[in-house]
Amino acid sequence: MPAVSKGDGMRGLAVFISDIRNCKSKEAEIKRINKELANIRSKFKGDKALDGYSKKKYVCKLLFIFLLGHDIDFGHMEAVNLLSSNRYTEKQIGYLFISVLVNSNSELIRLINNAIKNDLASRNPTFMGLALHCVANVGSREMAEAFAGEIPKILVAGDTMDSAKQSAALCLLRLYRTSPHLVPTGDWASRVVHLLNDQHLGVVTAATSLITTLAQKNPEEFKTSVSLAVSRLSRIVTSASTDLQDYTYYFVPAPWLSVKLLRLLQCYPPPEDPAVRGRLTECLETILNKAQEPPKSKKVQHSNAKNAVLFEAISLIIHHDSEPNLLVRACNQLGQFLQHRETNLRYLALESMCTLASSEFSHEAVKTHIETVINALKTERDVSVRQRAVDLLYAMCDRSNAQQIVAEMLSYLETADYSIREEIVLKVAILAEKYAVDYTWYVDTILNLIRVAGDYVSEEVWYRVIQIVINRDDVQGYAAKTVFEALQAPACHENLVKVGGYILGEFGNLIAGDPRSSPLVQFHLLHSKFHLCSVPTRALLLSTYIKFVNLFPEVKPTIQDVLRSDSQLRNADVELQQRAVEYLRLSTVASTDILATVLEEMPPFPERESSILAKLKKKKGPGTVAGLEEGKRERGADVNGGPEPAPASAASTPSPSADLLGLGAAPPAPAGPPPSSGGLLVDVFSESPSAVAPLAPGSEDNFARFVCKNNGVLFENQLLQIGLKSEFRQNLGRMFIFYGNKTSTQFLNFTPTLICSDDLQANLSLQTKPVDPTVDGGAQVQQVVNIECVSDFTEAPVLNIQFRYGGTFQNVSVKLPITLNKFFQPTEMASQGFFQRWKQLSSPQQEVQNIFKAKHPMDTEITKAKIIGFGSALLEEVDPNPANFVGAGIIHTRTTQIGCLLRLEPNLQAQMYRLTLRTSKEAVSQRLCALLSEQF
Amino acid sequence: MQFMLLFSRQGKLRLQKWYVPLSDKEKKKITRELVQTVLARKPKMCSFLEWRDLKIVYKRYASLYFCCAIEDQDNELITLEIIHRYVELLDKYFGSVCELDIIFNFEKAYFILDEFLLGGEVQETSKKNVLKAIEQADLLQEKMLKVVH
Repeated sequence: MPAVSKGDGMRGLAVFISDIRNCKSKEAEIKRINKELANIRSKFKGDKALDGYSKKKYVCKLLFIFLLGHDIDFGHMEAVNLLSSNRYTEKQIGYLFISVLVNSNSELIRLINNAIKNDLASRNPTFMGLALHCVANVGSREMAEAFAGEIPKILVAGDTMDSAKQSAALCLLRLYRTSPHLVPTGDWASRVVHLLNDQHLGVVTAATSLITTLAQKNPEEFKTSVSLAVSRLSRIVTSASTDLQDYTYYFVPAPWLSVKLLRLLQCYPPPEDPAVRGRLTECLETILNKAQEPPKSKKVQHSNAKNAVLFEAISLIIHHDSEPNLLVRACNQLGQFLQHRETNLRYLALESMCTLASSEFSHEAVKTHIETVINALKTERDVSVRQRAVDLLYAMCDRSNAQQIVAEMLSYLETADYSIREEIVLKVAILAEKYAVDYTWYVDTILNLIRVAGDYVSEEVWYRVIQIVINRDDVQGYAAKTVFEALQAPACHENLVKVGGYILGEFGNLIAGDPRSSPLVQFHLLHSKFHLCSVPTRALLLSTYIKFVNLFPEVKPTIQDVLRSDSQLRNADVELQQRAVEYLRLSTVASTDILATVLEEMPPFPERESSILAKLKKKKGPGTVAGLEEGKRERGADVNGGPEPAPASAASTPSPSADLLGLGAAPPAPAGPPPSSGGLLVDVFSESPSAVAPLAPGSEDNFARFVCKNNGVLFENQLLQIGLKSEFRQNLGRMFIFYGNKTSTQFLNFTPTLICSDDLQANLSLQTKPVDPTVDGGAQVQQVVNIECVSDFTEAPVLNIQFRYGGTFQNVSVKLPITLNKFFQPTEMASQGFFQRWKQLSSPQQEVQNIFKAKHPMDTEITKAKIIGFGSALLEEVDPNPANFVGAGIIHTRTTQIGCLLRLEPNLQAQMYRLTLRTSKEAVSQRLCALLSEQF
Repeated sequence: MQFMLLFSRQGKLRLQKWYVPLSDKEKKKITRELVQTVLARKPKMCSFLEWRDLKIVYKRYASLYFCCAIEDQDNELITLEIIHRYVELLDKYFGSVCELDIIFNFEKAYFILDEFLLGGEVQETSKKNVLKAIEQADLLQEKMLKVVH
């Protein structure tokens, strides 16, 4: 090895670094740095031209200062000058500076890109390497624009050196990550896939990363990589530990490449070709077998590398979720790790088992480890490991072990770290609700939760217990008795007072027969807590009191006395004062009947998603620990077992998820060849692992039905129903999509994805959040899409839905009816105004006309309704011929507003229509004409 | 991988490599937070932790902490070995590397890292190949200098 910094020893730099290190204080350091900065500035500005060496030295000093955490606002130009130096070290430092201190000055970028271009074109492999490294390090949009065309050529050219190929592959990957639309996959795609066969393992390693990322977005185009990856993997795992020479790491053959190949395979479902599939299964078995062999080395690097491959193999097995045998073996292997002496392995085993728990094949196998996991919760010294244990207990919980797991989590809660208490509270509350066979157990659990960790019990949790008690009359008496007993404690948490107050106000009558909990006793008990509570709780208690007036006429005078006291009637808090005044008045003037009506028992709450689940999801944030919550996110409807339909009186709590699917049965889907969805679809939102299905039969017809209306059923087959409800205002819109599971079996990995072509993406902005990956049998989940029309557009987005039903993978695509006319605002105008505008829009590009045969009976009223539904105003008494229809409106986009006029002339005799559209924009006229022609 | 940080027991940042675009302010904030979090952990604790929506993998070598932030799907153990391989590369190049080598030759530490990891992905895992690339560069510079002098 060459001794370091022999040739390019920059003494000045070393001295400066020493100086900085010798500074006794921060102030001294800053002083020294400022001195140096001043020096460098004067050198750069000085009349004397600096030689390359000095320039390099000063640039390097600036870099060092920047890396110490100080701002640097000059020196970029000098660094750029270094790029064109012939001396390698000068160029190298120049590139390093540029990579670390990325600058957005456009003139500089032009110069930098120029230098890079020259180096890429030079035949010098080291120069090329530096240039590629710089592009990969900076990875800016400008660089993508400049080099996205060039780099694929370098990557696939026959005469490129291996090292340059490696850099080019990762360089392209970086550019693709920052600006995917600037790196369209071209004809080089197939040649890149074949790099998986390259002789040089370094090239394969780099290429695999690139292919994995590209395949996530364009699975179809890179499909051939599956068989190549399997055969490459197979050669690696069966090789002797010395075969791969320097690519063997502590007796493990090519661990990095193996992990990457296994990652790539996770972009796809199990291979369809039985031979490939068999070979892959063999590989996975070999990896599992190797885990049982005695280690070839005692070094931790050996076991880490080996287990890295093992864990990635297990991830693939879980991803495929199709080989019960492998899943159970994976589970047993992880079970061994649960008791390993390495903390890292225990942590990973807990983490990985969480995802295994959601597979139907391995759920039972995971459950056998419950004692070990509970033990981990009690004995692990590292909080992050305990956190994993909580997650796993949560994931493995079902009806059979819920009581045990909830009890363990409750007892852990008493000593749990503050940082994770709230999450545990939520988890306990969810499990208790979900697996409650006996609701008395549920009520006990939640009250315990409040007792043990009252401060961490969020509003959602205590709201939920009240919702459930109100909706289930078999538990109301028990709940009243239990809260009454819990309130006896001299010091109880305010959350308990809230729950107690609410429940006694509703159901205190159920325990009032017992003299120990007579109405007066109940009242005094609650009122003894009153003064210690915050304003919102007191307000709640006042409502309880007025409810008592209705339930128990005998305590009315006592309660009126309380309400009448100065501390209530003249309370400084407006809310309390108002309640006291109104309740007092109500109790005085209202007859018993009126009181009974006003203060009637609360109607059942409409069933919807549990508010606690929503909270837990929010805590976790989108995109994280996705697999963990799988199988746990369920809708409240199911959680409670048989939802009671909400009576009309509950309309005061409107739920956006109110069932829409009853709007009418979907018409039988007409048969017909599915229209091609094209290969240009670019996924906007999520990385969809699998190919997008072609449009479902009938999708076009269903799509057309939504042009003039906003609500209804978009798709229905034997498993799934998709309903829509949408609203639009100017250039904005919001669409609620409802996915109904028509079966009695869960859908797993349920992933709806919105897909827009590049063109459409530029003109229509869609935003949504992922939905629960699990949809219970009979349940419905909702997804909200926020829509903005940026500019006029023609195509429609495609909604692709993938999920597992039983053992099978389902893949459905439908066109989503977001059409240009949704952004219409109707415009009323008189005849004169209409024809004036009509004449203004008379150039040939502005007018589009279509003459077509009527597909439906020619009914005037229906036609009118359709034109209004289309979004334009229907202008009466404008057209001289009363049989004709005319309409006007404005299409709103973010950028412009486009005035539109339309005229529909029916010819009853011929059963034909003539439709004319005039707008200020040709594409808009065409699109609207095409959309509306389909409607008659 | 989203970024890699090297810092000392005293919390001094020795090397930073970012593979995702972030503002300087954000980088400083992340660095501050992570250095604090990692230094607060006890020796026997596990090398992985969840942080924001990322996974942190770290390991201590003598006075230096090597700390990588990876994404949800990434493999923790192989990342731990990325760190180790990088340490081996430094060690081989400098000959029993110590913190001072990295301080005084920080540019070399960056060059070696670029040969090994690019764009946050492993580029070349062979120790021989990485060091060969660095060696060639070193030779190149000597040759050119001879021409100059």
